[in-house]
Amino acid sequence: MTLAVDIASWLCLVAGALFCLSGGIGMIRFPDVYARSHAAGVIDTGGAYLILAGLALQAGFSLVTVKLVLIGLLLFFTSPTATHALVKAALAGGLEPLCRELGADETAEMADEAAP
Amino acid sequence: MRLVGLYLALFAFWLLMSGHYEPLIVGFGVASCAATVYIARRKDFVDYATLSWYVKPTLPLYWLWLLGQILKSNLDVAKRCVLPGARIDPCIFRAPANQDTGVGVATYANSITLTPGTVSLQTWDHEIRVHALTRHGARDILGGEMDGRICRVEGPSKTGNGGGP
Amino acid sequence: MMFAAAMAGVLAAMTLTLVRGLLGPTVFDRVLALNTFGTVTVLAIAVLGFLMGRPQFLDIALLYALINFVGTIAILKYLQYGDLGVSGRKSDADNADTGGDGGRP
Repeated sequence: MTLAVDIASWLCLVAGALFCLSGGIGMIRFPDVYARSHAAGVIDTGGAYLILAGLALQAGFSLVTVKLVLIGLLLFFTSPTATHALVKAALAGGLEPLCRELGADETAEMADEAAP
Repeated sequence: MRLVGLYLALFAFWLLMSGHYEPLIVGFGVASCAATVYIARRKDFVDYATLSWYVKPTLPLYWLWLLGQILKSNLDVAKRCVLPGARIDPCIFRAPANQDTGVGVATYANSITLTPGTVSLQTWDHEIRVHALTRHGARDILGGEMDGRICRVEGPSKTGNGGGP
Repeated sequence: MMFAAAMAGVLAAMTLTLVRGLLGPTVFDRVLALNTFGTVTVLAIAVLGFLMGRPQFLDIALLYALINFVGTIAILKYLQYGDLGVSGRKSDADNADTGGDGGRP
C-alpha cells in the first residue's frame, strides 16, 4: 500500500517537475508575449497541480494536505485571472500579436469541422 | 448578521490554518479575527449583495472534466515547448459564449485561460476573443463542448435573471 | 530523494523564467516572467518544506501565492493607468477582469 502511494507520488512529482522544465524552455523559445503566456500556463497548471498532488500523497490525511489543497485552489482561481489581466494589458499597451486574426467565415468553418 | 457570519468564517479558517489549540494562542486568534471584522466594517468591505449563483452539484463534476482537459492540453503544449521539430501556429479568433449570467461568461473565460494553449484576450457579453497556440486548440474551443458544459452547469432555469456580478 | 528530483526541476524552471525576465524585450514579458517566477517559487517553498521535514513552510508558500497575485495585478494596473488609485471601471465596465472567483458562488 505504502509502495503504491510512493510510486504514485514519484510519478506526480517527476511529471510535475518535467512540466515545469518544459514550460520554462517554452518561455525562452516562444516568439512573443502571447505565445509565452501559454508556456507560463503549463507551469501554472500542470506543473503546479502535479507537484502539489505528489506532495499531498506523501503527507497523507492531515492538516498539511488541507494547506496543499488550499494552495492549489488559490492557484486555480488566481492564475487565469493574472494571465488574462496580463495579456489584456499587453493588448491595451499596443503590443501586436505575431499572428493574424481569423475571419468569421474561417471560424464558422472550424466550428463545423469540430462539431461532433 | 453578516458580520457574525464573517467572523465565524474567519475564525474557522484561522483554526484550520493554525493547528494550535492552547488558550493563549486561540485568544490571539479571537482578537485578530475581531480586529479584521472591525476594519472590514470601517472600510465598508462587507459584501451585502445576495448570491446569484448557488453551488450546483454539477460544478465539481465540471471541475473534474476541466482538470482532465487541462492535463491533455498540458501534454500537447509541453511537447511543443520542448521538441525541436514541433511547430506552433498561433491565431486569434472570436468564440461565442452562450451563458446567461456574467459569472457564467467569467467562468468560461477563466476555463479557456486555465487550459494551456488558449488564452482569453478580451471578453464581451456573449463573445470572447481568444489567442490559441495551435489551430487544433482553436478547434477544440470552437467545437463548443466547454461552452455547452458551462451552460448546463449554469442550469436551464432562467429565473435567476437578476444574476451577474 | 523524490523531493530532490522535484526540486531540481523547479529550480531549473526558476532559472529559465529568470533568464526570460532579464532578456524580455517588452515590459509585459518581464511581468509574465515575474508572475511565473512567483508561482514556481511557491512550489519551491512547498517542496523545500518537505525536503527539510518542516511542513510549516506551507504557510509561507500560501502567503507568497497571495502576495504574488496581488503584486502582479498591482504592477499591471500601474502600467495601464499610471496610478494605483484609479477605479478602472469607467473604461471597461463590461469585462470579466475581476472574474478570479469565476465558478465560486
